[in-house]
Amino acid sequence: MNKNVILQVKGVNKSFGGVKAIHHVSFDLLKGEILGIIGPNGSGKTTLVNLITGFVKADSGLVFAEGKKLSGLPPYKIAGLGIVRTFQIPRPYHSLSAMKNLVVPLYSSRIMRTIGGKLGDRDTVALDILEEIGFERDAHVPYKHASTFPEGYLKRLELARCLALRPHVIIMDELFSGLSVSEITAMIPIVEKLQMNGMTIIMVEHRVRELFQIAHRVMVMNFGEKIAEDVPDAIIKSEIVKQAYLGVT
Amino acid sequence: MDEKIRRRERLDRGIKVRTEGIYAISSWRGIAYTSLPTAAFVLGLLIIPLAVTSMTWQKIIIIACVFAFLALSFDFLAHFVGIVCLGGAFFTGVGGYISGVLNSAFGVPLVITIPIATIGGAVICTLFLLPCLPMRGIYFAIVSLMYPLLFARVIQALDIFGGTDGLPGLATFPNTWVELYLILPMILILTFGLRRLVNEDFGIVLRAIKDNDQAVRASNINITWYKMKAVFLGSAIGCFAGAYLAHLYGWVGISLFALDFSIFPIAATVVGGVGTLVGPVIGAIILTMFSEMLREFGPLRVVFYSLILAGLVILNTGGLVPYLQRKYYQFEHWIEI
Repeated sequence: MNKNVILQVKGVNKSFGGVKAIHHVSFDLLKGEILGIIGPNGSGKTTLVNLITGFVKADSGLVFAEGKKLSGLPPYKIAGLGIVRTFQIPRPYHSLSAMKNLVVPLYSSRIMRTIGGKLGDRDTVALDILEEIGFERDAHVPYKHASTFPEGYLKRLELARCLALRPHVIIMDELFSGLSVSEITAMIPIVEKLQMNGMTIIMVEHRVRELFQIAHRVMVMNFGEKIAEDVPDAIIKSEIVKQAYLGVT
Repeated sequence: MDEKIRRRERLDRGIKVRTEGIYAISSWRGIAYTSLPTAAFVLGLLIIPLAVTSMTWQKIIIIACVFAFLALSFDFLAHFVGIVCLGGAFFTGVGGYISGVLNSAFGVPLVITIPIATIGGAVICTLFLLPCLPMRGIYFAIVSLMYPLLFARVIQALDIFGGTDGLPGLATFPNTWVELYLILPMILILTFGLRRLVNEDFGIVLRAIKDNDQAVRASNINITWYKMKAVFLGSAIGCFAGAYLAHLYGWVGISLFALDFSIFPIAATVVGGVGTLVGPVIGAIILTMFSEMLREFGPLRVVFYSLILAGLVILNTGGLVPYLQRKYYQFEHWIEI
């Protein structure tokens, strides 16, 4: 096995009733890359994310992270291994301020175990992470309740929650959806910076144009199956992808 | 041009920072303004027993305090952990019976039985509630409501722990003042302790579980473990109330499993204000006093009681304490400019 493979998905299947949401999907995630996953609505992208992160149990097939089996582990343990996700619909803690939202991952056993006492005051660490991701410190934004934030901030808060866990792999489930073009433009450098800092990223996206700017490889799904996996330029030219998206026969 | 221009200004202007609940205090006036409500609550609670003269009313205050304990437990679990727990009767029953059995069968003095009943009872209650922790909302409520009924029937049917007669002749407190000044400071410690806890990092995790448990699971936190700790805390509070009640009456019986202990705290929490922690205490005191005052009306008492309760709920849906808080922050005074 290639030593650079950080996450390996081997033939996973998942059905909801009679619907085959995921049908025999396999792929390798290489260390340090950005892998884009695209596909029409209902093609099983989010289900795939749920399978990897343990929120949904696979019917068959296995997921490995650096040789360790992930299948069967509860979500919190998978997150503890450094494989974290954002949610498609942001899930902030509405009654807490943005800063306190980040205290939760900073209180996790992963952070306690890895840096323990050296962490210092959790609030301060939370503020630093938030500033890094674009919450203006001087404008009291980190102190505001999450319920008052617009979508763009909530998406960033989702990402900040993942970053607080100091992950190896971040799976971003439609990070760009619901954002304006200018917000996406502001977000792209953040994602690129994370990749340059050595994180491996899976981006599940509908915003194909922006995704193709930054992704190293792209995987295309349709009706729960993987139909293509290649570099972005090749995907754009691929007939099979055009068929899936446009219904051209 | 000697005429002075005046305008009204809110008292908290200048000390209230833009963000919720943060004050920048730089003067004695500011300190007085922000600490007055707390001081009023603390002093009020400590002075009540001195203000009422009759023995009956002192006893009523004690009962109110027992209910305040249960209301605190309910408010903590419901508003800060998202567990709607109707297990008040379960907690008092288990706490009371542990205390009672230890005292009557083994002759353990009450200074030891109450702590044992608090911790041991909390362990037992947590173990029983453990299987239903993954359930949320109404399902957890139903299961927690079922346990006291079940335990009362088991004690009745098997005729254990004194059966329907209960265990009489337990040790009691030396006098009413000990009873009062044991439980009142405990309530203060608990109220402010819980308020501190829910703003600590541990409490933040609990509140996050209430807001969105999926996101907490995705943050490498085992939510069942944290919910268990919260339930342990909540049931310890309830078990203390039960053990205290057992030694207050010098008797335990299946009436400790009565549903009043589950339902009354909810009413108290609603009246006082959900999620304030101070509210449930005030609510419990007000409701207990109301129901005693209405005792003269005989059978009509329930009608008045229900009407007052309904009125309080309808008129200010937020509860008493949030209403007062809002009014307090709106106080204005005249200033010259």
